[in-house]
Amino acid sequence: MDDLYKEVILDHYQHPHNQGSLPDATNSYEDSNPLCGDKIRMDLKIENGIVTDVKFLGRGCAISQAAASMLTDEIKGKSLEEIRRIDTRAVLDLIGLTLGPSRVKCALLPLKVIKAGAYGIHAAEDEEE
Amino acid sequence: MTTLNVSLLRQDFPILQQTVHGKPLIYLDSAATSQKPETVLRALDTYYRTTNANIHRGVYQLAEQATEEYERARKKIQKFINAKSWREIVWTRNATEALNLIAYTWGRQNIRAGDELVISMLEHHSNIVPWQLLAQAQGATLKHIPADAQGQLALDQLDQIITPKTKLVAVTMMSNVTGAITPLDPIMARARAVGAVTVIDAAQSAPHMPLDVQKLDCDFLAFSGHKMLGPFVGVLYGKKALLEAMPPFLGGGDMIRQVRLYDSSWNDLPYKFEAGTPAIAEAIGLGAAVDYLNALGMENVRAHEMELTAYCLAKLAEVPKLRVLGPTNVAERGGLAAFEMQNIHPHDIAGMLDRDAICIRAGHHCAQPLHDFYDLSATARASFYVYNTPAEIDQLVVALRKVSQTFK
Repeated sequence: MDDLYKEVILDHYQHPHNQGSLPDATNSYEDSNPLCGDKIRMDLKIENGIVTDVKFLGRGCAISQAAASMLTDEIKGKSLEEIRRIDTRAVLDLIGLTLGPSRVKCALLPLKVIKAGAYGIHAAEDEEE
Repeated sequence: MTTLNVSLLRQDFPILQQTVHGKPLIYLDSAATSQKPETVLRALDTYYRTTNANIHRGVYQLAEQATEEYERARKKIQKFINAKSWREIVWTRNATEALNLIAYTWGRQNIRAGDELVISMLEHHSNIVPWQLLAQAQGATLKHIPADAQGQLALDQLDQIITPKTKLVAVTMMSNVTGAITPLDPIMARARAVGAVTVIDAAQSAPHMPLDVQKLDCDFLAFSGHKMLGPFVGVLYGKKALLEAMPPFLGGGDMIRQVRLYDSSWNDLPYKFEAGTPAIAEAIGLGAAVDYLNALGMENVRAHEMELTAYCLAKLAEVPKLRVLGPTNVAERGGLAAFEMQNIHPHDIAGMLDRDAICIRAGHHCAQPLHDFYDLSATARASFYVYNTPAEIDQLVVALRKVSQTFK
C-alpha cells in the first residue's frame, strides 16, 4: 500500500472521530482551501479556557479530513494556551507523513480553523491584551 | 493510427526523458502548461548567446538582427491564425493579460452603465474576472450563457441572453474542464446581429487545433505561448479597426511616437499596445514553437488528440465509480478529461498518482463557477498533447484502479 495513505489516515478519513455539530458550542468557525475546495467547520465548547468538547464537519481530501479528526482528539481537554502552541510540525507529526507544500495546506486547514475559533474567544475574554 | 510519429518526437522533449520517484515521467497536464521541444529551448538560448540587443531603436547590426527575428516571430503568429495583418498581433504576457488589455482599453472606453456583457458558465477565471471588474467599474450587467449536463454551452436561451443591450460577448473556444468545443457559429452570429464585440478565449484551442480568425470572424482572440510548446509569452489578436480606435494599455517606451512635457502621441499598431522592452527572447521562442507545430500539422495534432481522448474515455469507463465530465463524442471535445471518483477527493487521486510519476491536475482548474454550476467541489484532470501516448493512458488507468482499491 502506498505510504502516503497509511492505514491510520484512511481510517480517520473513512471513520472520522468527533464528527458532527455542537448545538451548545461557544465558538464556531469555518474555512476552506480555495486550491481544492477542502472545507472544515469546527464547533468548540470552551469553558474556563479549556476545550471541553469539539465536533467538526467537513468535506475534502483524506489529508484535511484525517487531520481534522486527529486534531479534535488532540485538543479535547487542552487549554487555549496549549492549543496556541500546536504548530505545523506538531500537525505533521500527528499525521505521520512528510508532505509537499501544497498538501501541507490541506493538513493545516483544520488547525487554522481551530485557532481562529479559539483566538476569537480568547480576545473577547482577555480585554487587557 | 496517428500520423504523428510520437515515439520519435518525444525525443525532442528533454524533460520527458527524466524519471520521478524512479519511474519515467508521465506528464498529463499540458492544459496547465506544455513541455518544450529542443528547437524552442535552443531558440531562447541562441538569442541570449548571439543576438541579444534591444529592439526597434538600435542602429547597429546586432540590434537590427534582434528586431528582425522578433518581428519575424510576430509574422509567424499572424500566419498561424490567419490574421490579415501582422499589425493585428499584439505580444502580451499571456492570454490573461490579453483579455485584461481588452477590458481595460476597449472596455473602459466603450462600456457604459446599463450595458450588458455576456460570458458563459464554463469560463476560466481569466475570461471572467476582467469582465466582472469592467462591469463593476462601469455599472454594466454581467450575464452568463448556461451550460448543459454534457458540459457544453446551452444555446436555447441565447436570444434572451444576448440582447440589443449586449456590447460584448466573451466565450471560450474549448473548455479547460469539460473539454467541450464551443459551438461558436450561433453565438458569433447572434453577437454580430446585436452589434456586440466578440472575444474568443483560445488558450485551450490554439495549441490543439487549426485556427482561422477569418473563418471565426471574431473581433478579439487571446492565447498563451506556454500552452503551445512555447515560452511564457502571450498573444492578443484584434481587428485592425478596433485596435486603432482603442486607447493604449500600458504607457511608456516604444508605444509612443512623440513625447512632450504634458502629453504624447502614440505609435502605430501593434506597438501602441507594447510598452517597454518586451519579452524578445520569448517571442522568438514562440516563433520556433509555431514552426514545430506547423511541421507536425495542426490537423494531425488534432487527430492525434482525438485518438488519445477516445482511447482514454474508453479505458476510464473500466474504472469503477469514475465519471468523466464533458461530451462523449470526441469530435465535440478537446484532448482532456476531467473526472471525479465517488468518495475520493481529487487531491488524493493526484497525490497517489504522483507516486507513480503521473502528473495530473486536481482542484477547480481556475473554473470555480463551472464547478459550482455542476455542484462539484473539485475534479481531477488529465490532458494530452503531441507527446502523449496510449501506453501512458494505460499507466494512468492502472494507477486509478489502485486509487479505487485503496479508498474502498
